[in-house]
Amino acid sequence: MKNRPKSLISINDFTKDEILKVLELTAKFEENPDQNLLEGKVVGSIFFEPSTRTRLSFETAVNRLKGRVIGFSEASNTSVSKGETLKDTTMMLANYCDLIVMRHPLEGSVRYASEVSKVPVINAGDGSNQHPTQTMLDLYSIKKTQGTLNNLKIAMVGDLKYGRTVHSLLMAMSHFNTSFKFIAPPELQMPDEYCMYLKNKGLNFEEHTDFAENIKGVDIIYMTRVQRERFSEPMEYEKVKNVYILRNTMLNNTKPNVKILHPLPRVSEISTDVDNNPKAYYFDQALNGVYTRMAVICYILGIK
Amino acid sequence: MEKELKVSAIKNGTVIDRIPSKSLFKVISILGLEHCHNQITFGMNLESKHLGNKAIIKVTNRYFENDDINRIALVAPSAKLNTIRDYEVVEKRVVEVPDEIEGIVRCMNPKCITNHEKIPTKFKVISKNDDVMLLCHYCEKITEEKNFEISTAQ
Repeated sequence: MKNRPKSLISINDFTKDEILKVLELTAKFEENPDQNLLEGKVVGSIFFEPSTRTRLSFETAVNRLKGRVIGFSEASNTSVSKGETLKDTTMMLANYCDLIVMRHPLEGSVRYASEVSKVPVINAGDGSNQHPTQTMLDLYSIKKTQGTLNNLKIAMVGDLKYGRTVHSLLMAMSHFNTSFKFIAPPELQMPDEYCMYLKNKGLNFEEHTDFAENIKGVDIIYMTRVQRERFSEPMEYEKVKNVYILRNTMLNNTKPNVKILHPLPRVSEISTDVDNNPKAYYFDQALNGVYTRMAVICYILGIK
Repeated sequence: MEKELKVSAIKNGTVIDRIPSKSLFKVISILGLEHCHNQITFGMNLESKHLGNKAIIKVTNRYFENDDINRIALVAPSAKLNTIRDYEVVEKRVVEVPDEIEGIVRCMNPKCITNHEKIPTKFKVISKNDDVMLLCHYCEKITEEKNFEISTAQ
């Protein structure tokens, strides 16, 4: 489609300046979240895969800005179950709304949808590929807690192979001279394409399997869940399942400014005794998602 | 005479030489020659000093743009093109791996949308060295040369 509207599919679709502009807008929405900027607008929220936080925070963002939401939260009672293609579903929906927010299990699906849609599309997660609004809220949380995005040290822990949030965050933080520590079991290490991406940009990264030793000295600990279903050998999962659990005592020798982020849902990878530690930030992080999505939607629609 | 022509000479057109024999039909397909009405002759399993064994295609009265010809770089990186006018070679070209590849290689990621809906694949070439690497425009995963599956459908 010629003259496609601006969409947000991959964090790389936004320049560093655009990212900073969205973060500025996010801070304004945090100060004043109830506005009528989306009055008269309809947002199509189409989720082919289950979601709690992402879907609800998008819908909360639209509702607080007085827009309307249409859509579905599972594909089973739509024409998709009759074999309708993603192209047809997208083109049809684009006739009904001003913006599409889409989550889909296939990688690249939302990019494709944005190429056939006449309205902008925001990627709310495409398989293990990208989840750019999660990245925006992660960036906002990092900036808010550290006062800057520049020259920070980030430890990414857990499932770095399939975790789309770490992939998008890595790309975004690469604008800000970040040093990375990748802490993961051998089966779930950061894929080559992302290591190569950092190498090409001349950024430092280290890969480790040991957890406790490698979080000292970092500014952000970004936790993800190690899922049983990712292992081909159940024995391999049993060996590592308790290795990547963050416990309160492990935070004793970490930097005073360190914050723990997690895209949620958490299962057991952060012990509940961490929740009351002032270094825990994951629930505040989830709240930031509403303000960030307000900012992304308004930026994409050219409203602010 | 030692230097006997195994495939007859053409007066005007293009000769694509030094194609690995195993890639001949892929090259024909990538260039869409099966739909071409010009006179085409080809030979395969011909002796070659460089390849040991090569194929050659001669297309009468047809000339190729660089973009077209670079599409065959993934299956015939050693290929050479001679433009013929009045039985004389007037230009020699070598193929180069292009910066972007559309619709020739299958994305190796089984969860990529291009393996589920009818969409031509699209890649950015991120390495052109010994091991060509392609970054999928859609799923953003890398397909390496050793995993190339050439799609012959145009």
